[in-house]
Amino acid sequence: MRARDYPKEAARLLKERPQVKEAVGGATRHFDQNRQRAYREVDAEALREWARRVKDHLLTHLDLYLEKAEAALKRNGVQVHWARDKEEARRVLAHLVREKGVRRAVKGKSMLSEELEVNPLLEGLGVEVFETDLGEYILQLLGQPPSHIVGPAIHLSLGEIRRLFHARFQTPLDAPPEELAQVARRTLREAFLSADLGISGANFLVAETGTIALMENEGNIRLSTSLPRVHVALVGIEKLLPHLEDLAHFLSLTARAATGQRLSTYVSLIQGPARPGEEGPQEVHVVLVDNGRTALLADPEAWETLRCLRCGACLNACPVYRQTGGHPYGYVYSGPIGAVLDPGLLGLEEAHPLPYASTLCGACLEACPVKIPIPRLLLTWRHRAVEEGLGPGWERAAMRAFAEVMTRPGLYRVFSKGLRGLLALPGGEGLLENRDLPLIRAWTQGRSGLRPSPRPFHELWEEA
Amino acid sequence: MRVSLFITCLADQFYAEAGVAAVRLLRALGVEVDFPPGQTCCGQPAYNAGYLPEARAVARHTLEVFRESEYVVLPSGSCTSMVHHYPELFAGHTPYREAVALKERTFELSQFLVRVLGVTRLGEGLKGVRVAYHHGCHALRELGIREEPLLLLQNAGAELVPWEAAEECCGFGGLFSVKLPEVSLSMADRKLETLEAEVLTSTDAGCLLHLSGRLEDRGQKVRVAPLATLLWEAYARA
Repeated sequence: MRARDYPKEAARLLKERPQVKEAVGGATRHFDQNRQRAYREVDAEALREWARRVKDHLLTHLDLYLEKAEAALKRNGVQVHWARDKEEARRVLAHLVREKGVRRAVKGKSMLSEELEVNPLLEGLGVEVFETDLGEYILQLLGQPPSHIVGPAIHLSLGEIRRLFHARFQTPLDAPPEELAQVARRTLREAFLSADLGISGANFLVAETGTIALMENEGNIRLSTSLPRVHVALVGIEKLLPHLEDLAHFLSLTARAATGQRLSTYVSLIQGPARPGEEGPQEVHVVLVDNGRTALLADPEAWETLRCLRCGACLNACPVYRQTGGHPYGYVYSGPIGAVLDPGLLGLEEAHPLPYASTLCGACLEACPVKIPIPRLLLTWRHRAVEEGLGPGWERAAMRAFAEVMTRPGLYRVFSKGLRGLLALPGGEGLLENRDLPLIRAWTQGRSGLRPSPRPFHELWEEA
Repeated sequence: MRVSLFITCLADQFYAEAGVAAVRLLRALGVEVDFPPGQTCCGQPAYNAGYLPEARAVARHTLEVFRESEYVVLPSGSCTSMVHHYPELFAGHTPYREAVALKERTFELSQFLVRVLGVTRLGEGLKGVRVAYHHGCHALRELGIREEPLLLLQNAGAELVPWEAAEECCGFGGLFSVKLPEVSLSMADRKLETLEAEVLTSTDAGCLLHLSGRLEDRGQKVRVAPLATLLWEAYARA
């Protein structure tokens, strides 16, 4: 599936899998209501504005903070790797796997690892990989990518998961969710205890102290990062925070935005490998990944997307995302943030339909904890797509005609009269229901035909 | 006080009666109303589709048409919101000052009634009518119009029905409705499946055109009326 196929894939999913709308709609509205309540408990506006400024400061001085972070990580005994792109990051991982003799890996949820396609890489190297987030584990069994940043299996119904577990683990078809979780837990416990490598992302990396901060609700990330002898954290370079004192507020703000929690159930702050006499990994590696981020930072408008905390709040708020979930977007990041981030990471040629996957309703901006101006950025990408000639030919022609008519009141009135004249001709009333005309067809399949007022207002004005 | 009515193209073509209603209502409230004849469209279709030169051309025309107006009132939230985007559209271009000035004197109808005229009671002509108000996204989230229409309807005696999807986007989105028609219809269905009312109203012609078309296709019997029409009924029938 590819980003450029969004319109086709969204239509196909709505037709073939209508149950996805129900599952995604229910879950996202629930998350969104919790988010709204959690925002009301604090001065969310002030907090969001502060967080925006901290992130902007960080991004403005990213070079300095990256150097600070590297130095602090090294002081903590963490080994630091730099990866310019996906290939470099994969080379670092492959090298570590071979050098450390890794046979089994456990993974905490990480969107960056999806960007880097870590699972197929490791499997190709003969490593047995376990996704340990319950939702991710279910998707791994199904061979599906995540459809939401925070709730990766949000598009699945309980029934679908029950059928999967019945086929895989012979659980009863009416097993309660707790029983399904217990079954997964037994497999995953075994994996945690026997894995050589734990892979995580990072919610934050504090430049000042080299602290890797991880938020979760299941405890699987804590186990993935503390039980195996090697821990590798994949960190996008935009995930830095300047100071430790920023972290507490960001942890809370992210939890409020993502799920409406005041804090996630688990917060792990990793400060390097186990010291003598301590339990924990012998080695901690941080891979700082660029993969298009520096280029995005240099973009005079789209750079603001790099503030993103990956909380998923914009997905939950988005009425377009709610219809289909994330899969039709065709890339790791879906929903409103995907629609403005993916063109920056993949290029417009590939991702140009995504900025149009929005009605510009503005719900995403209200939800965003760092106030990324998503509606404005959607317009920016649309404008660029038009400039690059990526829009459909009919649209360009229609917009030229539109500007011609709307800047000439006389022409507008002629058009208005002509339309009514045509409709008044024998058989003319069917004109705006004619399904042979592409645009009219797109309107009338599912909507009654357009019926203009008998006379336009500008002709009635005198009589008003 | 003098108001220039900016009907905007969609209402001009499809909801002409809302324009008549707005004019009569404003006059009944003692406001002098004019209708600059050169007016056409706010430019939103081009702006939202990414055609900035075309949007600027239409916006320039509109700036010219309403140059002399004391207040500009639109019976449409998203078109009002578009006029409020003009300064952004002309940032670094010549008519920036004019754009800012026009923005400052441009209001959506219910916003104008409540915030500028200070009128919240029009008469109780809607007594007992079960009305659902659809919050057009641009009126709600860009202009911050939430209470004004509700207050006016309530004071007119309407029974505002609770509607869990009232603030959710209906899926119109201009060209969105024909570029992604399946998603657009799916969004409309979410609105309409949760709707139970005699009358559906909104301050956005586009949303109403889309929702009424979908209502009819679904065979769901609900009267669809622009807010201006209902507010005039509130006054005239009282």
